Amino acid sequence: MENKQRTPLFHLAKREELSKGRKLVIRLISIVAALLLCAVITALATGINPLQVYGSIISGAFGSARKTWITLQDLSILLLISVALTPAFTMRFWNIGGEGQVLMGGLATAACMILLENKVPSVLIMLISFVAAVAAGALWGLIPAVCKALWNTNETLMTLMMNYIATQLVSFFIIIWEVPKGSGKIGIINQNTHDGWLVQLFGSKYMLAITVSILVTVFMYVYLNYSKHGYEIRVVGQSINTAKYVGINTGKVIIRTMLLSGALCGLAGLLLVGSINHTITTTIAGGQGFTAVMVSWMAKFNPFTMVPCALLIVFMERGAGEIATNFSLNPSFADIMTGIILFFIIGCEFFINYRIKIKK
Amino acid sequence: MTDSNAAVSMRNITKNFGKGGYANDHVSLDIYKGEILSLLGENGSGKTTLMNMLSGIYYPDSGEIYIGSKQVSINSPKDAYDLGIGMVHQHFKLVDVLSAAENIVLGLSGKLDMKNARETIQKICDRYGFDVDLDKKIYNMSVSEKQTVEIVKVLYRGADILILDEPTAVLTPQETKKLFEVMRNMKDDGKALVIITHKLDEVMEISDRVAILRRGEFIGTLITKNTDPQEMTDMMVGHRVELNIERPEPLDPKPRLKISGLNITNEEGLQKIRDVDLSINSGEILGIAGISGCGQKELLEAIAGLQKVDSGSIIYIDDDGTEKELVGMDPVKIKNLGVSLSFVPEDRLGMGLVGNMDLSDNMMLRSFREGSGVFTDRKEPHKRAEKIVKQLHVDTPGIETPVRRLSGGNIQKILVGRELYQRPKVLMTAYVVRGLDINSSYTIYDLIVFQKLAGTAVIFVGEDLDVLLQISDRVAVLCDGHINGVLDGRKATKSEVGLLMTSLKEGTRDGE
Repeated sequence: MENKQRTPLFHLAKREELSKGRKLVIRLISIVAALLLCAVITALATGINPLQVYGSIISGAFGSARKTWITLQDLSILLLISVALTPAFTMRFWNIGGEGQVLMGGLATAACMILLENKVPSVLIMLISFVAAVAAGALWGLIPAVCKALWNTNETLMTLMMNYIATQLVSFFIIIWEVPKGSGKIGIINQNTHDGWLVQLFGSKYMLAITVSILVTVFMYVYLNYSKHGYEIRVVGQSINTAKYVGINTGKVIIRTMLLSGALCGLAGLLLVGSINHTITTTIAGGQGFTAVMVSWMAKFNPFTMVPCALLIVFMERGAGEIATNFSLNPSFADIMTGIILFFIIGCEFFINYRIKIKK
Repeated sequence: MTDSNAAVSMRNITKNFGKGGYANDHVSLDIYKGEILSLLGENGSGKTTLMNMLSGIYYPDSGEIYIGSKQVSINSPKDAYDLGIGMVHQHFKLVDVLSAAENIVLGLSGKLDMKNARETIQKICDRYGFDVDLDKKIYNMSVSEKQTVEIVKVLYRGADILILDEPTAVLTPQETKKLFEVMRNMKDDGKALVIITHKLDEVMEISDRVAILRRGEFIGTLITKNTDPQEMTDMMVGHRVELNIERPEPLDPKPRLKISGLNITNEEGLQKIRDVDLSINSGEILGIAGISGCGQKELLEAIAGLQKVDSGSIIYIDDDGTEKELVGMDPVKIKNLGVSLSFVPEDRLGMGLVGNMDLSDNMMLRSFREGSGVFTDRKEPHKRAEKIVKQLHVDTPGIETPVRRLSGGNIQKILVGRELYQRPKVLMTAYVVRGLDINSSYTIYDLIVFQKLAGTAVIFVGEDLDVLLQISDRVAVLCDGHINGVLDGRKATKSEVGLLMTSLKEGTRDGE
C-alpha cells in the first residue's frame, strides 16, 4: 500500500450547461490564443513581423473590391457544398463524395454547353444545363444511397470511391473535347458565343453564385428544422430502430435525402462551370467537397453557422496566396496557420464541456 | 472520526456531474467485514456513482476514503484492486471469444501460469460454491454464468470488499437464490459485500444492514431485521407510497385481439415464436411471463407490425365486430386501418424515443405526419409534452431538454405518457418498470390499470412475478417461444408460473 497518498495533480469535472454568452467568450479566447500562437510561430520560423503577415492575409481577402467579391464568391461555393452535404450528415450518412458530385454536375454542364452550342438558344442551354447538372449530381448521390438502403453497404467507402470515378470521367471527356487538339485541356468554352454561360444577376458576375448559396442555405435551414422530411431525416440519423418503430420507411428517406444532397452538389458544379470558370478541369472542385465536410461538422450541421465557418477557411485560403507573393513564403505556411486556428476552435469545445480541477 | 472496525469508511464524498444537483452530496458510509450491506435508493439517487468512486471509475470532487484507518486515494480500478476492492458492474466487462478462465486472469501483470491460475480459480469456486465451467467460452454462456465469471474474477484479484451493482436484475428466481447462497458463503468467510438494488424483498432476504440514499444525499442506515419494506420505501422516497396495485374486475370484456398459429423466425434464423394461439380482451390486462429472450419481443413486435411473420394470423376485432388482419402490415398501415395501438418497447431510448431530441420532438414521433402540408406542426406536440409533464409529474428542466438527460423514471413517463395520449385500444408494454424506482413504478402501474378501466386491452410483459401476479387478470407463460399455459392471475401462484416458465428449458434453449 505504498501508493496510498498519491492524489492526482488534476482531474476533469463536467460543467453545468454554460450560457450562450460564456460559450462565445470561451470561443473568442481560443481564437485570440490561436492568433497569438500563430504570431509566435511566424516570428520564430520566418523572422517576419507577424502583424505584417496578418495584414497581408486581410488585404489578400478584402484588399480591394475585386478581391472582396472573389472571396465572397469562393465563400458561396464552399457554403453551398457544405449545406448540400448537411442533410446526409444529419441522417448520419457520411457522404464524403461531395467532390465527385460537384464534378459530375460540372461535367454535365460542360457537356451541354459544348454539345448544344449554336444548336439551341442560350437560355435553353442554361435550362438544360441546370437540369443535367442537378440530375448528374443526384445520380452520384443516388448510387451509394440505393446500395446502402438495399444491402447496407458502407456509404463512406462508396461515396469516396465515386469521387475517383467522377475524376476519371472528367479526364476522359477532357481528352474528347480538348481545345486545341493535343493540349490536354478544354479552354474557355464557347468563348465567342457565350452560349450557355449563366446569366449575371444584379449586373455582377459574382452575384449569381452568392444569391444561389444564400437561397439554398435558408432553404436547408427551414427544410431540416421545420419540414416533415427534415424531421424524418433527424429521426433516421438518431436511431434507425426508432424510425422503424414509428413506421418511417428508412430506405426511402436515405434515398430521398441523398438525391437532395447530390443534386445540390451538382448545382455547385453548375455554378463553377457555367458561371465562374466557363471551363472544366479535374481539379475544378479544388478539394472543397472535403473541406465542406469539415465546415459542416464545425458548424454542428447548422446551415447558418456554416457561414462564418466557411468564411474563416476561405479567408485563410485567399490570404495564403497574398503572403506567398508579399513575403515569398510558401503558401503552405497559411495552411499551418489555418490548422492551428481550427485546432483551437475545435479544442475549445472541451473547455465548454469540462472544467479542470487542480489539486492543491 | 472513522470507525476503526470498518473495512471501508467514506467521509463527505461529493461528486457533481454538472446536471444541476449533486450525484453525491457529502455522503458518509461505513462498510464492515463479514456483513452484507444493501445500498438502496431510487434511480438517480447516486448509488452507482458512490460505488464507482470506491472502485476507481470516478474520482470524488471532495471527501475522503479510508481503508481501515488509513486515508487512501483511488485513481483507477487497479488502485481499487490493490486495496482489495472489486466491483461487478451491471453491464459485464468480459471478452466474448475467451473462456471463463482466460477472462479471469486477463489483464493481470506478471508471468502467465495458466495451470497454477486454474488451480487457484478452482479453489475459489469450491470454497464459495460457484458452479462454473472454466473452459466454456463467454459467448456460449447465459447471463447468470457470465455474472459468476465476473464475481470469480473479482475474487481472484484478491478482493475483500465486493460491490455488486444490481446483480439480480438479469436473473431468474432460481438463479437469484443461487447467487444469494454464494453471497452468504463469502460473508461467512469475512468478506465485506455491498449489493446495490431496489428490490425490497431481496434487501430483506439477503442483507444485514441497509444504507439509503435519496437524491445524492445519505439518509441513514437501518438494521434489516428491525425494518420492513414500507419503512424503507418511505425513507427512500421521502414520503409515503402505497405498495398496492389495484386489480379491478374487467368491465365488459370483449375479444379484441385474436392470435392464431403464429410462427416467427428472427433474422438470425432462430425460431422465436412457435404455434402461438392467444386472445386478448378489452378491459383486461394479460400478463406475459417468461425468461427474457423467450419470444416476448418478437410477439409484441409482430402485433405492432415491426416483425415479419412466417405463418399465422393476428386479428384485430373492432368495437362493432369487424375483423382486421394485422399480419403483413407496417405501423403506418395499421394506423390507417383505424387500429389505435400503443407500444412501450423494452428499449426506450433505442426504439421508443430519440435520446438527443427534446420532449416536444419526441412527442412528434407519433404525430408528425398529421396535417397535410410539408411542414410539421410543432405547437401541438409542445402542448402535449407540457400536459404530460404536468399530469405525470415529470421532473425535467424544461420541454427543450433532450430526453437522454432525464433519469430513467422520467424517460419512461414521457414514453408511457406519449403512448397513452393516443387513447389506444390495444396497449403493449415490455418490461415497463425495468430499472425504475418504486415511486415511478407505482405511478406507471396506476396508469396502466387506469387504461384498463378505460377499456383498453393491455398486454403486459414483465419479469417481476410478484408484480405480474398482482396486476394481471390472466397470465400467459411463454417458454422458448411457445405458450406453456394461460393462468388466472387471481389464483395462480409464483411457483406455478415459475414451473411453466422453465419446464421446457433444459436442452431446448438456443443461446442468449
